[in-house]
Order: sequence, then structure tokens, then C-alpha cells
Amino acid sequence: MKPLPIALLALACAAPAAASTASDAQLQALDARIRALETEGEKLREQAAAALAAADAARAELEKMKASLQSTQQAQAAAAVAAPAQASAPAGGANGNAFNPGIAVILNGDYAHHSLNPDSYVRAGFPVVDGAGPGPQGLSLGESEISFAANIDDKFYGQFTLSYDDDNGKTGTNIEEAYIDTLTLPDGFNVRAGRFFSNIGYLNSHHAHTDNFVDRPLAYQAFLANQYGDDGAQLRWVAPLDLFVELGGEVFRGENYPAGGANHGGVGTHTLFAHAGGDVGTDNSWLAGVSMLKAKTTQGDDGFSGDNTLYLADATWKWAPNGNTKDGGVTVRGEYFWDRRDGVYAPLPPPGDNIVPIASWRGDRRGAYLEGVYRLNRMWDVGYRYDKLWAASSGPFASAFDPLRHSVELTWRNSEFSFFRLQLSHDEPLPDKSDNALYLQYDVSLGAHGAHKF
Amino acid sequence: MNKYTFGFFLLLALVAPRADALAVFACEPEWGSLLHELGGDAIQVDVGTSALQDVHVIEAKPSLIAKVRRADLIVCTGADLEIGWLPQLIRQAGNAKVASGPGYFLAAEQITTLEKPTSLDRSEGDIHPQGNPHFQLDPNRILVIAKALDARLAQLDAAHAADFHKHLEDFSARWQAAIGNWETKAAPLKGRKLVVHHLSWVYLETWLGMEQVGVLEPKPGVPPTSSHLASLIDVTKNAHAFAIIRAAYQDPKPGDWLAERTGVPAVTLPFTVGGDDKAKDLFGLFDSTIDKLLAAAK
Repeated sequence: MKPLPIALLALACAAPAAASTASDAQLQALDARIRALETEGEKLREQAAAALAAADAARAELEKMKASLQSTQQAQAAAAVAAPAQASAPAGGANGNAFNPGIAVILNGDYAHHSLNPDSYVRAGFPVVDGAGPGPQGLSLGESEISFAANIDDKFYGQFTLSYDDDNGKTGTNIEEAYIDTLTLPDGFNVRAGRFFSNIGYLNSHHAHTDNFVDRPLAYQAFLANQYGDDGAQLRWVAPLDLFVELGGEVFRGENYPAGGANHGGVGTHTLFAHAGGDVGTDNSWLAGVSMLKAKTTQGDDGFSGDNTLYLADATWKWAPNGNTKDGGVTVRGEYFWDRRDGVYAPLPPPGDNIVPIASWRGDRRGAYLEGVYRLNRMWDVGYRYDKLWAASSGPFASAFDPLRHSVELTWRNSEFSFFRLQLSHDEPLPDKSDNALYLQYDVSLGAHGAHKF
Repeated sequence: MNKYTFGFFLLLALVAPRADALAVFACEPEWGSLLHELGGDAIQVDVGTSALQDVHVIEAKPSLIAKVRRADLIVCTGADLEIGWLPQLIRQAGNAKVASGPGYFLAAEQITTLEKPTSLDRSEGDIHPQGNPHFQLDPNRILVIAKALDARLAQLDAAHAADFHKHLEDFSARWQAAIGNWETKAAPLKGRKLVVHHLSWVYLETWLGMEQVGVLEPKPGVPPTSSHLASLIDVTKNAHAFAIIRAAYQDPKPGDWLAERTGVPAVTLPFTVGGDDKAKDLFGLFDSTIDKLLAAAK
């Protein structure tokens, strides 16, 4: 707008030749015209600025409305997905079953064919104890169990496992585990009390249905009658380190093999254990440990009375791409047992007779196994296990022959709740005898979803 | 004497907490990323799993027990996603702080879940009674969880509460802006049809308006079978699906097989933080997911 009056002014000044002839009236008219134009220009400018400001204001308001709409929409979207404030209120307050413990049932059975009659099975250097032998011929129900578990209150957790066992004639239901755990002890401490499986070694604290093979390694059969569990108490501590380190000890009644007779006023067995573990890169995990079991035994299942000490070393290595162990990979595990006896051999005599020590029983026996399982995918795995026992060179079960066994297995899993297993074993319990066995096993779990140990 | 003193201090150094920072154990990488956003330097985060692992079937590894043992707070998905391993970690770690109460944070408890089954029977596969636990791909739920997690962090570490709130405000602003951008960008995906590997995408589908027409797994958690895959060829073609999607950890073979026979591209999505190069944090996770879907939809 500005250039217009200036141009007119310039035009007026650029006419000096005409000044003498131009009348004052003409000049005045021109001047008035310029002023009017100037005023008009100013007015127009003001109007334009006002319009611009109005437009800006409108735009800002629009933006604000849009933003508020969006945030309302987002708030609505968020509100729609947020859990109601009272979501955690119990659903069935009046329902007396609302606090029922988690119930898990394990069903397990197998078919076994042994080339050597299991009823007359003898193992050089290692008496077969408490049904921890080759198992029955033919079809049989394996260890089937039912387990209840829940938090008791804010401080305790409880678990109760009833199992049906069919071990060489010792048929019946028994309380496999019944214990309470503390939940709130400070600084990584845990106490367990009741009947439970000792935390020595690797396999001992694991239920048989999580094993990689149908039966337990020979060393577990010979030294722990498959698995040592008893009535007792355990103290366990986990160190606050990057590395997993667990230390602990247990006292047990000492009723079950390898102990017997519940000595020391019913605290006849003591154990100590230490485990450590961690990862190596993203693909490897390991767990290793050393443990010891010390028992004062009277009339153990193998006829031993005296002091026995068992040392164990265990190691597990798992490799799986990206740590997806259920989709492929290799698990290698080995355990080594060293059993030291200092006492007498005094088997239970016929009823009415006195117990008479037959021989002194002092010496060491050892056992070990090494197994490797290759997981092909979510459904299949194959495994091989080598078992070996080293008999004592003196004492009531002295033997120059050391039993050994080879086993291979193939497992098919339909889901994480069921599997079927085929196992072939070649067992050499005596120098001149061998047992070739074939096992077919099913193992399923129903009910509460189990959370298994490593 | 010196040797013992040295040994004592070495032990003390090993056993003593590494710093005063609140130690948080996150079961999955998405919560690790969210914790970084909310906690900043005031907390120290350990993430238990990676995007290349199937979190349904993690093992209760010793290294994880050690991490839970040192934690002041554990942040997990819940809705039974970690039922096969988390209870075992907590019971073995002997850490009362995280066994229950404020030190135990489940994201699923902060939100509503989809696909809650009306009947529970394992013949239907690995179903989750509390609904589908794969809700990390719904940004609106993430925001709700962020708010609840912020409150929890403030409760456990009152000294840093102001920092946490400031971080939440900052995160919320950026996140809300990002949601708007994602929604605008992903508009072409609305109404498009998908075949998925596992039922882990319902929240993403619901948010972006996509429709799922087939699942490679015959039942949740059951690996794809050849007969089931063959039955999907016609379904995929007839529905004009634009992609067959899977998570970074899932076996690519079944999806590739179907892609070859239908001409529909198989797409590997990050699924969680760390699932591909771009998914470095929660923002990158959604950026990458939407970009990959858009590329397939062209």
C-alpha cells in the first residue's frame, strides 16, 4: 500500500515546469487526494492485519480442538484397556473352593522286556535294595502320583505328593513328599521341613517323571535306592552374586536307605550341598555341584550297620541355539558317587533269631554315569547313557567285576504335557550274565501346570 | 592375617549389593525397555529373556535364579505366560522381596486381556485362562502399564519418585505423539487380512484393524503339521491375505512353505524389543513392525 502515495508525491514534485501555470486550487486538490489515498491504505492495512490475526486464532483453536480430540481418543483407548480398579478383588468370595491348592497328576506306566529274569537279578558288588533293580517284566504301572501345592499364608508354601509305587512287590500308596517352605526369610535363606527328597547331587531332588531315561542310573539305584527322601529339615542359602551359588545342609531322620534305624535319636543323616551355575554366552548354561551325605545306620536295606558317607559330584551342560532348549540342542550330564563304609554286615535274620554281624564291612565303592541327550525339535529327542559301578575289593560284597550298562532312548512329545519313550539297555550286572532290556513308557501330566527345575 | 583380610573384603565385595540403585528383573525385553524409559539411571535393569527366545518355554536356568535373587522388583507379563519357569525362579531364589507384594509386578494385572477362553481344556492346546498374554504390541496398553509401573517404582524408591514421574510425563508425551503417527501411517493396513504363526498378534490386529484369517499352529503351542499347512493354502489365497507373519524367534520353515505355495510374502516381525536391528526400544519396535507390514502390503 505504501508505494502508491510515495509515487504520487514524486509525480507531483516532478512537474516544476508546470508550477507557474498550475493554479493553487489544482495543487490543493492533488494534496487532498493524496491524503485520502494514504488514509485508505492505512485502513486497508489494518483490516488485513486483523483478518490475519483472526485466521491465526481460528487455526490455533482448531489445532487445540484436534489435539484435545486426539488425547481424548487416546485417553479413551487407554481407559478401555486398563484393568478396572477392583480387578484383583476375588471373583468368588463365597466359593469355599476358591483357595484350593493347585493339583497336578502324573500318570506313568511302561512295558518292559528283560532277557534276564528280573526276579533273580543279582549285581556284582552291589546288593539290589528296596526295589531299585531292573523293574518288573511286562506291563506295569510306573510311579503315578498326585500332588497338591499352594501358598499356605504370607510366610509359608506347602506341597503334598502321594505316589503309587510298584517296586518289586512293595506295592502301595505312600507319601512321597509332604513339606513346607518358608517364603519370607531374609537374605536368600530358605527353610524346608517335612518329608522331601534331599538336594544332594543333581537327579536326587528331581522327580523321576522329568528324567531323560525310563530308569535311574545304576549309581542312583545302588547308593540311594533310586532317590533319597526322608523326614527332615533343610536350610538353603542363595548367594547374591551374578553367578548362581547355592549352599545348604539337611538333617534327616535316617530311616530310609542308605541310612536305616533312625539313629542319633531320629536325626541319623546329615547332608551338605553346594551348587553353582550360570550361562556362557547366549547358547550355553551349566550347573555343577558337590554334595555329601553322612549317616549312622542300623540295619540298612543292604544289611549294613555303621557309619556310611557318600560323596557326590554332578555337572550339567546345556547347549541350545539362543537358549531355546525345547526346540533343539544338547544336554550332557554326569554324576560321580563315592561311597565309604565303616561298619559291619549284619543282615536281618529270620524272625526270632538275634542279629549277628557276619563280617566287617569297610571300604569304598564308586559309581558314575554320563548321559547325552540331543533334542531334535519340540517333539523328538534321542539320548545315550553310560553307567558304571566300581565294586569294593574287600568286604562282604567284594567283587573283581565292575557292573556296567549302556542305554539309548528315543522320546516323542505331543505337547509339554505328554511324552512316549522307547529305551533299549544292555546291562552287565555279572561277569557272565547280561540283561538286554526294551522299555516302552508313557508319561503324562494333567492339572496344574508344572514349573520344572533346570 | 593379610590374606584373610583380603579374602574377607573380596567376599564382601562380591556379596555386597553392586549399587544403591533399585535392581529390577524384567522377564521380557519390552518391559526392560519400558523400565529404561521410566527409571533412567536411577534403576538397574536385568532382562531375563531375548526376542530370539520362546518365552512360553524358558527354563529356570541358574543364571536367572541368580538375577531374581538380587532383584528388588520383578516385572513380568503374567497371564500365565511365564508359568513354566517364573514360579520356579521365585521359589528357588529365596528372595522374599519379589515373591509377592510391591516387588512383584505383572503387566497383565494392569490391563484387560483379549481372547479369554470361555472353557478350559488342554485338548485345545496351550491356552491361557487369563487371556492372551501377548499384549506388548498394543501401544495403548503399554501406556496404561507405564503409568502403573511408574507408580510402583515410586512406591519402592520414594527418593527418586519425582524423577520417575518426570520420565513418565516425558515418555507419555512422546508415546502419544508416536501413536498418532503410527495410526496415520498404518491406515492402509486397515481391513487387510493376515495369516499368523501363533496367536500372538491379536492386540496388533485389533489396534490397526487387520483381520486374521489363518494360524499356522493347528492349536496354540502345537507345532505346525504338514496337513494343517496344506489346508491353509486355499484359505490364504481366497482371503487375499497380504502377509504371513511370525515372530523373530519362530521357526521360519512353515511360513516359508506356505509363502512359496501361495505367493503371499512371509514376514518376520520383531515381536519384541531386540527382534530386529531397528527394534532397539519400544518406539523402534512399533516403527519396524509397521514399516515391515506396510512393505508387505504394497
